[in-house]
Amino acid sequence: MSNLNTAMVERYRNDFLKEVEANVEMGDWVKMCMQCGVCSGSCPLGPYWEHPPQELFMMIRAGKRDEVLKSEAMWMCTSCYNCIVRCPRELPITHIMHGLASYAHRLGLAPKMNPTRRFSVIFWRNIAKTGRVNEMELSLRLYFMDGFVKGVKKGIEMAGVGLGMLRTGRLNPFGLFAHKGCKGKQDIQKMLKHAHEIEAKRKQFA
Amino acid sequence: MAKKEYSFYPGCSSERKASASNYMVSVEAMCKTLDVKLNEIPDWNCCGASIGYAEGGELPRHIMNARNIALSESNNPGQDIVATCAACWLGTKETQERVAHSGELLADINSILGAAGLKYEGRQPVRHMFEVLIEDLGYDALKQPVVKPLEGVKIAGYVGCQTNRPFGVAGESFENPKYLDKLTEIMGAEPVEKYDQKVTCCGGALAFSEPEKSQAQIKKIIESAYDFGADMIVTPCPVCQMNTEVYQGQINKKYGTKFNIPVVYYSQLMTVAYGGTAKEAGLDGNIIRATKLEEIAAKK
Repeated sequence: MSNLNTAMVERYRNDFLKEVEANVEMGDWVKMCMQCGVCSGSCPLGPYWEHPPQELFMMIRAGKRDEVLKSEAMWMCTSCYNCIVRCPRELPITHIMHGLASYAHRLGLAPKMNPTRRFSVIFWRNIAKTGRVNEMELSLRLYFMDGFVKGVKKGIEMAGVGLGMLRTGRLNPFGLFAHKGCKGKQDIQKMLKHAHEIEAKRKQFA
Repeated sequence: MAKKEYSFYPGCSSERKASASNYMVSVEAMCKTLDVKLNEIPDWNCCGASIGYAEGGELPRHIMNARNIALSESNNPGQDIVATCAACWLGTKETQERVAHSGELLADINSILGAAGLKYEGRQPVRHMFEVLIEDLGYDALKQPVVKPLEGVKIAGYVGCQTNRPFGVAGESFENPKYLDKLTEIMGAEPVEKYDQKVTCCGGALAFSEPEKSQAQIKKIIESAYDFGADMIVTPCPVCQMNTEVYQGQINKKYGTKFNIPVVYYSQLMTVAYGGTAKEAGLDGNIIRATKLEEIAAKK
């Protein structure tokens, strides 16, 4: 268990709702949920959620900290915003799901092998490096995230897609080296570092 | 028509040799015809997309968007920011909205941007290209330059998620937005009115991380287009376009279907209807060729 997680457990004791309100993006909305279930019924990946959003909201109130933060559930969010526009109480559910996932990741409780968690990390590191997405690097890192052999297998599986993109000029074969990103990439890196520090301080992560 | 100018945020996928480079080609042609001038925000960066949330956190994500807004305000003052990509539009608009409601966030952002000599004010409205077309130009002005109506082409209007939610286009419903069909009709084509998957999620970034679940979504989106007799699908979103086009082969393998339907951008339809060549419409960028559009473009 990470030090941060231990610190948070001690700080909030049994009040998980309070912990969520203080640390999760838009977490102060959780108590507004009236358990109607429209969010769960509206989710495109609904059937795959270990606990659908409205269930997560009730679990938070019931103090089921480990069950929520270690869950694969919120990693199923596709960011389609269906739940947000349909929620009769206007809870920003998409953002709360992102916030829960991000907080669980930060505490080191999120499922290590969850593919969406891993892709999110790869994606963010990709853009934080030069300020813009390097699509060739992004795809290769994704394919090879489970090692060389699986990467080659995945590469063969995806060859049709990749060749189509190359043929139509929508993927840069030299992208790994030729993609330059932003001129101000060093500024961007500094800004992001600064932003991470401020956020950690505000949320008492540091 | 009076020339209109905007501060333009093209986004990563529109870069040369990137996944939506053909979208950009057709947007340029479309705007040339409509006399719309797009002033690119110098050195713009990624919006963070949706999927960056886990590793990025909140403030770093907002900083990415705030930098673009600040660069726009200092370089293209007084112009609305316009994005062609749904995620870019959403990310930028979301940051602007959050900052507008939080003095603390505004202070944090300006202390961070200040170190690089930038300042955030957040006064320029952040808009989608579709809003510019409908609200600033209007359907009549969009119809006027049509010289080659897309007669006999049946098109399923796939709006997708982030162009439509949570912000969407004013006056349109989240469940059944009509603007894409209306535009298709104005271009002389036949919109497939009954198409029932127009706002279904394609899986977005989860097409990479959860391919099977996303492909089940994509299958529904394409199947319905076939069911109602569409010749092609049209969309305003680079992620929707890619997901519904490039995975058709894999879906065929898995489900035994025979999908091979072109998926084009609205700007490609418009460029062809406005008399542009296939190249100007970026039709050479479609993996599944939109032959009906190519034929119309080739006509004298």
